[in-house]
Amino acid sequence: LKLCQAVVGLLGRFLVDLVLFFFSRSQILKGWRAAALIGLENPFRPTVNTLSKQLSSEFTDIMNEIWANEAVKSAVLISSKPGSFIAGADLDMIEACKTSQEVAQLSQEGQKMLEKIEQSPKPVVAAISGSCLGGGLELAIACHYRIATKEKKTVLATPEVLLGLLPGAGGTQRLPKMVGLPAAFDIMLTGRNIRADRAKKMGLVDQLVDPLGPGVKSPEARTIEYLEEVAIDFARGLANRTVSAKRSKGLMQKLTDYAMAVPFVRQQVYKTVENKVRKQTKGLYPAPLKIIETVKAGLDQGHDAGYLAESQNFGQLAVTKESKALLGLYRGQVYCKKNKFGTPQQEVKTLAVLGAGLMGAGIAQVSVDKGLKTILKDTAQQGLDRGQQQVFKGLNSKVKKKSLTSFERDSILSNLTGQLDYKGFEKADMVIEAVFEDINIKHKVLKEVEAVIPAHCVFASNTSALPISQIAAVSKRPEKVIGMHYFSPVDRMQLLEIITTDKTSQDTAASAVAVGLKQGKIVIVVKDGPGFYTTRCLGPMLAEVVRVLQEGTDPKKIDAISTAFGFPVGAATLIDEVGVDVATHVAEDLGKAFGERFGGGSIELFKLMVEKGFLGRKAGKGFYIYQEGVKNRSVNSGMDEILARFKLPAKPEVCTDEDIQMRLVTRFVNEAAMCLQEGILSSPVEGDIGAVFGLGFPPCLGGPFRYVDSYGAKQLVDKLRKYEAVYGSQFTPCQLLLDYANNPSKKFHQ
Amino acid sequence: YSSGVLPTLLLTYVPKENNFPSFLVYTESQNYLAVQPKSKKTLTKSGVKNIVVVEGVRIPFLQSGTSYADLMPHDLARAALQGLLNRTSVPREVVDYIVYGTVIQEVKTSNVAREAALGAGFSDKTPAHTVTMACISSNQAMTTGVGMIAAGQCDVVVAGGVELMSDVPIRHSRKMRKTMLTLNRAKTLGQKLSLLSKIRPDYFAPELPAVAEFSTSETMGHSADRLAAAFAVSRLEQDEYALRSHTLAKKAQDGGLLLDVVPFKVPGKDTVTKDNGIRPSSMEQMGKLKPAFVKPYGTVTAANSSFLTDGASAVLLMSEEKALAMGYKPKAYLRDFVYVSQDPKDQLLLGPTYATPKVLEKAGLTMADIDVFEFHEAFAGQILANLKAMDSDWFAQNYMGRKSKVGAPPLEKFNTWGGSLSLGHPFAATGCRLVMTTAHSLKKEGGQYGLVAACAAGGQVRHSLLLSLSARVP
Repeated sequence: LKLCQAVVGLLGRFLVDLVLFFFSRSQILKGWRAAALIGLENPFRPTVNTLSKQLSSEFTDIMNEIWANEAVKSAVLISSKPGSFIAGADLDMIEACKTSQEVAQLSQEGQKMLEKIEQSPKPVVAAISGSCLGGGLELAIACHYRIATKEKKTVLATPEVLLGLLPGAGGTQRLPKMVGLPAAFDIMLTGRNIRADRAKKMGLVDQLVDPLGPGVKSPEARTIEYLEEVAIDFARGLANRTVSAKRSKGLMQKLTDYAMAVPFVRQQVYKTVENKVRKQTKGLYPAPLKIIETVKAGLDQGHDAGYLAESQNFGQLAVTKESKALLGLYRGQVYCKKNKFGTPQQEVKTLAVLGAGLMGAGIAQVSVDKGLKTILKDTAQQGLDRGQQQVFKGLNSKVKKKSLTSFERDSILSNLTGQLDYKGFEKADMVIEAVFEDINIKHKVLKEVEAVIPAHCVFASNTSALPISQIAAVSKRPEKVIGMHYFSPVDRMQLLEIITTDKTSQDTAASAVAVGLKQGKIVIVVKDGPGFYTTRCLGPMLAEVVRVLQEGTDPKKIDAISTAFGFPVGAATLIDEVGVDVATHVAEDLGKAFGERFGGGSIELFKLMVEKGFLGRKAGKGFYIYQEGVKNRSVNSGMDEILARFKLPAKPEVCTDEDIQMRLVTRFVNEAAMCLQEGILSSPVEGDIGAVFGLGFPPCLGGPFRYVDSYGAKQLVDKLRKYEAVYGSQFTPCQLLLDYANNPSKKFHQ
Repeated sequence: YSSGVLPTLLLTYVPKENNFPSFLVYTESQNYLAVQPKSKKTLTKSGVKNIVVVEGVRIPFLQSGTSYADLMPHDLARAALQGLLNRTSVPREVVDYIVYGTVIQEVKTSNVAREAALGAGFSDKTPAHTVTMACISSNQAMTTGVGMIAAGQCDVVVAGGVELMSDVPIRHSRKMRKTMLTLNRAKTLGQKLSLLSKIRPDYFAPELPAVAEFSTSETMGHSADRLAAAFAVSRLEQDEYALRSHTLAKKAQDGGLLLDVVPFKVPGKDTVTKDNGIRPSSMEQMGKLKPAFVKPYGTVTAANSSFLTDGASAVLLMSEEKALAMGYKPKAYLRDFVYVSQDPKDQLLLGPTYATPKVLEKAGLTMADIDVFEFHEAFAGQILANLKAMDSDWFAQNYMGRKSKVGAPPLEKFNTWGGSLSLGHPFAATGCRLVMTTAHSLKKEGGQYGLVAACAAGGQVRHSLLLSLSARVP
């Protein structure tokens, strides 16, 4: 702060502007005001700025200084921390609050601080480089002018909704005025990232600054400096009125604004948006509705009511269990973006993928676009062509969305080699096989590959259920064998489940995690065993789905009640997506390994479906009929006969919608707990992350373990006992759950 | 290349990383000089022929849309070639080969070298080809000629470059072209009508030649503005430099120093005798202009950038033996050259910085040995950024892999007769102008070594050429 004051003094003498810095950690460590600012360090994210109490109070001091000093005519708000303007409010600060009133209080303080900036007689310019999220964006839009660098790392967003919150420092009130009501809803309800150029088009920022190349300083340092120079110019211009902060709105925006000024039109917009939100969230997420309500309060009842609603709603949302669940997921995600095995001895630079199928090509795509030299090998030209086309298509869709140029696409693809032989494998640092799920084929390729790869090369198997130790049994170097379980479609599913055997070395695990993180995945690491973690949890739930189907509930109904619980994909649809043949395969294997507990539905039903060719989406027929371009799919009438054949009498005492939901979920959760009990999982965090990001466990519940915490272990065990009484041992609660049920103070997440 | 079966000769040309061979012209002054050169050092290499520039000419460089507006590119090239023939009186059958450079290609005369040569009265037995390498296309034409002579394939080569920015090919849209091409193959009236019926208004949207880098979609002016910002080159510095260029060019023009200019009688118009883009203005007037690319706060304006220009140039290259045998007094030796290339995004216009030290090291010279520097001035900001880069230890260490900076050329030896900013920049014709200005300037100043450097877009190639005059008696 002293330095800031020094800056004020210095610049003040020249009767000019003020440059305000948020100090970066590296600068703090250099010894600049170490004592006072050390509190800004956030243990979870030491490289970004967050709005914390300390920062706020210092900020207020500096602003007061600016207003008091007559020599200062304008101010520039800039971060010296590379890659981060302000990445949002300090989440710990919110979490530390005990009551909604306390949180509302925080929100009000934020509102006041930003309102002061907005009303500042001296213009304040926000110079944005790097992430400008949440409270950071709210701060930026409270300023009089915004200048952003056109870098990839510069993103603007209000991700509060993704944490079950709303923008609580005036954002809900300012955004609609700034970008128009529809765009504001879009920004706040999706929380999506907006790149600088798009933000300019929307009117969210006023000027763009291109990133610079090397000069007599590093590109990054000079770009920030240039941003500052440009921002100072504009600040000066605003102060002496040669620059106007008023944006020239396009015709479309003028028309929209005009229309939105009509209360009736506005009501229609609220209604449409609200319906859409209700449909999408099934009423499971309170935040989006509160956002609409808050915006509405401001526009319809005026400034004070709007701000009051914002702080009140912010407070209420912060203490909901949905928000806590989402926050937990966020923290878990951060946890799973770290390599707990350390840095591998040898960085993987060349990756070979065996099998150019859906998975193999997907793995190749997410690798090659991160700069890995990638070999994609298949055994047949036709399969290889399809795989290469898939990679091209994946990258090309980014070109169409303008997140990649065609030149970048071509240059990325030049690192991908498609081939039918093992040429170049002698240079591979890692081989990931994604061949057909058959132990004999896996053994065959493992032996072939080991004959050609160098000693340090890691062999990873992408399998959803075959135990890795079984695959590694034929390996000459089992310490280099590991499982990497990707989820389909690979370029969109965020999770990677890594499986280590007793023999897998630490370095091999480090290498696999490093590759997964490079590929942009959220990585969980689990122990080997049938079905590992994710597939194993899914097994009992799908068995239950089949039983429910057999008991006469039709697929549409099952989908409806599972999505109503919060699953993004209905349970019957999920089987179609996975593939009935795959499901059969897995169910059989796991059934053999775990016996009775994985029973329930009849596996014969699946087998008959396979026989009839009802393999799911990939075959065009499963429980539903899939047609290209047809959105509303119909139930496959061919299933009637099959379902009739395996019909079981429904048990009325456990067949309400809620019971069906609970039957599916309790089996899932019980199995997840058993994985933790057996040491397959090393922590509940990874269990939650794996279930949500890999299997679509309802995010609003935060994962199976957080669900046990919030629902209550005892209540859950009671449910299990109830169903156990009807169906038997498939519902027998595991010891770990019983322990937690017996001790109410025990929680998976403290 | 990993197979290792390439002939040795080829291997010596294999570029390191993405560096092309870079180019250094160097002339050694002849005894016909009035002033005695200060150094006796020659750059003759054993086993390599000495290659000389016998003469070089150019038609006046005009702002596009002026007197050359109705001509075709080969007309300009023809005028330059005829001018060269007239001035040198070289017998046309002696010329072994003609190489010409061009950037924006007129599709009707895609091998503009050949069309121009035939029209200029060269022998129809002399083969000709066209090269392209953005703004250093005629440098490429010259070095191609140097290579042919050095390899013993030719003794006499004419090299040059031409650009006509008054007329550029504007195409139909791809959809329209496809329809038209399919129409050619349609047999029945029905087929033709059905094809025609598919034409929609958007089919008529024309496709302009790209003014942007293909790889980055960035226009060169925009890139120059970013480069200037990266090196913190101010608007004021740029305007001052541009003013210097115009002032010096005016002085050179008035003083009759631009010896390479040959008059051109344009059909239906008066004879053009001088460049028409030289307009020394005032700092005040220049300061009024708005930024042309990075709006509203950039620093590159129309006044501190080179303008769109029409023009053509040509040089006569020979082996020294041949030139002397024919009784010519060569103007310069072409000694060494280097082509380098870098990142097309952030270092698009930094070529001279990279190429200059390389070519000097190749020739065993230092900056202090050079008497004349001729750098292509695409933008004032680009020149100043290059000067700053050459003067920066940080840049040398972090981007050039050098221990220390090379140092910037002293301004009193630098583009003293104006440059592309004032004389104009018909893309492919500029290289020959740089070489001839260097040769004439060396002679006038009594210098020995001259260095030519230029940056180019598209290929992201920078090229540096060392010329030298030598005291050796032929």
